Amino acid sequence: MDIKAHITGTVWKIEVGVGDEVEEDEVVIILESMKMEMPIEAPADGTITELLVAEGDSVQEGQVVARMDED
Amino acid sequence: MFEKVLIANRGEIACRIAHVLRAHGVASVAVYSEADAEAPHVAAADEAVCIGPPPVSQSYLDQARIIEVALATGAQAVHPGYGLLSENADFARAVAAAGLVFIGPTPDVIDAMGDKVRARQTAAAAGVPVVPGSDGPVTDDDAAAALAEAMGYPVLVKAAAGGGGIGMQQVTKPAKLARALQSCRDRGASSFGNDAVYLEKYIEQPRHIEVQILFDHHGHGVHLFERECTLQRRHQKVIEEAPSPFVARTPGLREGLTAAAMNAARAIGYRNAGTVEFIVSPDGAFYFIEMNTRLQVEHTVSEAITGVDLIGWQLRIAAGEPLTLAQADLAIDGAAIECRLYAEDPDRKFIPQPGPLGAFEAPDLPGVRVDAGVAAHQTVTPYYDPMIAKLIVHGPDRAATIARTREALSAWTIETLTTNRGFLHEVLGTPEVAAADFHTGWLEKYAKGR
Repeated sequence: MDIKAHITGTVWKIEVGVGDEVEEDEVVIILESMKMEMPIEAPADGTITELLVAEGDSVQEGQVVARMDED
Repeated sequence: MFEKVLIANRGEIACRIAHVLRAHGVASVAVYSEADAEAPHVAAADEAVCIGPPPVSQSYLDQARIIEVALATGAQAVHPGYGLLSENADFARAVAAAGLVFIGPTPDVIDAMGDKVRARQTAAAAGVPVVPGSDGPVTDDDAAAALAEAMGYPVLVKAAAGGGGIGMQQVTKPAKLARALQSCRDRGASSFGNDAVYLEKYIEQPRHIEVQILFDHHGHGVHLFERECTLQRRHQKVIEEAPSPFVARTPGLREGLTAAAMNAARAIGYRNAGTVEFIVSPDGAFYFIEMNTRLQVEHTVSEAITGVDLIGWQLRIAAGEPLTLAQADLAIDGAAIECRLYAEDPDRKFIPQPGPLGAFEAPDLPGVRVDAGVAAHQTVTPYYDPMIAKLIVHGPDRAATIARTREALSAWTIETLTTNRGFLHEVLGTPEVAAADFHTGWLEKYAKGR
């Protein structure tokens, strides 16, 4: 399952690692855009399988930033 | 007057400063980040120097680099604009130490007003009313509880070093106080490296009203009346106006506010342009909150109703010229409204909307001014503040100005980019705005309920 950026910005903080179990709505990555912190939340309960960005990277709205396996 | 001035800022304010410098026959130097190479403020200045990568910490906040550029280009003074380094006393000191003029008050005054506890003590000592609260930082939870009990709930817990409402907590009952104190201390420590907090009585349904002042280096000063900045979201102003409709209908309030602002300014030996901010309760009682030791975003509405060019005076005062305006010569002409155009989506919880801008053309209507930091067919990047332009409208009275502002918002060509333009138009059409019947929490509530 893809986790997408809902906004154009830069990756401010990555809150999870590959293999971490997350709950629906748990913050996975925090983006920064126009001086605001915008959290990206897990769309479902599951396990993070891939992180596709690093802190400081620029991302576009709709870009896949991480992947997870749904429980 | 200076021959050359460096503008340590970006966006609309850097463009505006460049235009004022040109009008005064002063050469301008812009600085810009790699993300801003095509930005209008670069083109607006006579020369421009790239100072680093997009993040502000590596460009617009790089004090040493900015001073190095000022010296290398032969600038004699630095205008900091608002935000960024404008209220940084260390920067003001470093500018002076390099033999340059910082266009603003002295570093000591910036320091004194930057620490909110000290500012409050200074204001109180000058006889300016302050919100009932702790006379200094509160370290002891028991003392805080006793004080809150004495003032009466609700109370506010604020970070001493804070700005923009960061760390601020409203506490409605005793059981929640200890947790709020700790949370505010943590936030102060992480955001400002200072965990001092203080307590204030929470004024219900207040208005935010501020007084613009202007002082020269010879002790002469004037005020440019008040601005009403009550229409805010998340402690950020959205629509400002001058004069304040509430002040206009409350006998004696203007005299009280302006006298208090002038007393506060005199007490600290203020010079250059500054703003004294007050909260005003529905019964007309007013209390000092803070002083902004710089130009403000909304200075434009004061310019519109008085005809005074604030940036022009900032330059002349910094160059040592006497302020030749006399209070008796200043009068309020009509009414003015400023709308802040934000690249955000009001229909998606106001999330920021950087992206490409298509056509962008200011409305051609009488009494309408647009101060923009973006230009047509450029990309608005995610690195900086979402405020991309200001619409300033001046009319014969408040009702006519509101109508003209709505007309101007509709006539403004802004293609492709999502902004709050429609939201501004809608808010200005509400009966609450027409009657000026609002408080600082009203707009937030309105935005959530639409």
